[in-house]
Amino acid sequence: MTEALAFPRHQEHPAPARPLLVATNVRKHYGGVEVLKGISLSVNAGEVMCLLGPSGSGKSTFLRCINHLERIDGGRISVGGELVGYAQRQDRIFEMNPREVAKQRSGIGMVFQRFNLFPHMTALENIWAAPVGVKKVPKQHAIKRGMELLDRVGLAHLAKAYPAQLSGGQQQRVAIARALAMDPQLLLFDEPTSALDPELVGDVLDVMRTLAADGMTMIVVTHEIGFARGAADSVVFMDGGVVVESGAPADVLDNPQNPRTIAFLESVM
Amino acid sequence: MLGISFAALASSLWANPNIDHRTISSYLFHPRILGGVGLTLMLTVVSMVVSTILGVLLAVMRLSKNPVMNAFAWFYVWVFRGTPLLIQVVFWGYLGLLYAQISLGVPFTDFTVFSVDTNTLVPAFTAGLLAMTLNQAAYSAEIIRGGMLSVDTGQHEAASSLGMSPAFTLFRVVLPQAMRVIIPPMGNETISMLKNTSLLSVIAVLELYTVATQISSQNLRQVELLVVVSCWYLFLTSVLSVPQYYLERHYGRGNARQQSPTPLGRIRAALRKTPIHAVSKGPQP
Repeated sequence: MTEALAFPRHQEHPAPARPLLVATNVRKHYGGVEVLKGISLSVNAGEVMCLLGPSGSGKSTFLRCINHLERIDGGRISVGGELVGYAQRQDRIFEMNPREVAKQRSGIGMVFQRFNLFPHMTALENIWAAPVGVKKVPKQHAIKRGMELLDRVGLAHLAKAYPAQLSGGQQQRVAIARALAMDPQLLLFDEPTSALDPELVGDVLDVMRTLAADGMTMIVVTHEIGFARGAADSVVFMDGGVVVESGAPADVLDNPQNPRTIAFLESVM
Repeated sequence: MLGISFAALASSLWANPNIDHRTISSYLFHPRILGGVGLTLMLTVVSMVVSTILGVLLAVMRLSKNPVMNAFAWFYVWVFRGTPLLIQVVFWGYLGLLYAQISLGVPFTDFTVFSVDTNTLVPAFTAGLLAMTLNQAAYSAEIIRGGMLSVDTGQHEAASSLGMSPAFTLFRVVLPQAMRVIIPPMGNETISMLKNTSLLSVIAVLELYTVATQISSQNLRQVELLVVVSCWYLFLTSVLSVPQYYLERHYGRGNARQQSPTPLGRIRAALRKTPIHAVSKGPQP
């Protein structure tokens, strides 16, 4: 993938920067092992952030905390000014009940490493199931929108195929369309190309680049340095549960300061 | 060898002078037997349907994080799976001995809304239905729980990330996938249920076996009526395996890349092929 495919969005969308996601001192531990040791970062609306780092650095865990798939043990995360998974009443903070969490999650899309399409539904059904079931969109509208989204990821001809009949790259593009169908204000990608054969990675990254160009706010955990360099507005390098280095892609990727960042970039490039 | 010994056994049974074939054929479609068949089938279908609903409820309770629900479901399964079905049947049948009256009111006071005779409220048929259903629910709960556990956690996460509520996730995502694992053992359970309804003879529910024993106690043709009954049970189990086949196919969709055709589909395809072959009999290229 060359940089010609990347879209320099700063010039096209000179909207004033407003943070959509704000994470402050986020902590998480499993048993006695602390995986996130106080993560603080923010992502502006319409921007793309890439999270890089070796496995076990906590980047996927952090991503899962953003839509409350994991409960955080300290700090706070807010999306669009709303605390994730918790409600503040007077001076006290309560964990939301499952239905409130579900409502909040419908505004945050997620794309998984292993696609996680619903195997008993066709590609099109996968896309309209949540808008119809959760947002009560009329079925006809949702099906029409689903076809548009499938067309957008280049798979309109496979609307009636079941996930088992699709390649990994096709499944992942359906999964992206499924997330988009809920009109999320934020889209999370958890290593979206790691489970794909090398020749299928390009198609998925192309779809993600188009989304980025359209102004979708995205947080992407990835090992694709080329994608980060071309499509990201900011890059965060994590290691051992802390943010080691962050900044514009050109600074972090081409002129890294921290020895751990340097060692990681050398090993993947 | 196997065929010969089987034929020998069949002919010895056939030629046995103690079996009167005329009795068998005259009772096979006797109105009383047919009534028993109807009741047996009705008991099986109703208790399977109701117990499956109860089973889903118990499985969800057992998997829930709420300790009270979890403990209740565990206790239910423990009691109903741990005692013999025959004893449960007798228990419900003799409920009137335990509580002569059943009344609805405020406990520990004299206030009652209504009060009825237990034997009026729970006649033998209801008692039998209750016994079969409550017992089956315990077994079904475990089968359904196993099916639900077989669904990948990624499915729960995907559903959650799309904002689906726990109930919606259960009915649209988890259960349809669990069905593939649940249906084969549930087919077994249905067949067991069909045969276990014969236990209801101890509380005089007029199902197939009860009717047969009543007839044979009058004409003393026990073996002949057992043959009649066995024929019916065999026929009913064969009939019940047809819906199972189609249910398995329905919930297996999306699992295989290409589903094999149904037996009926094969016959249809074969019929369609025949004229094509007839046409292509002309000059071959």
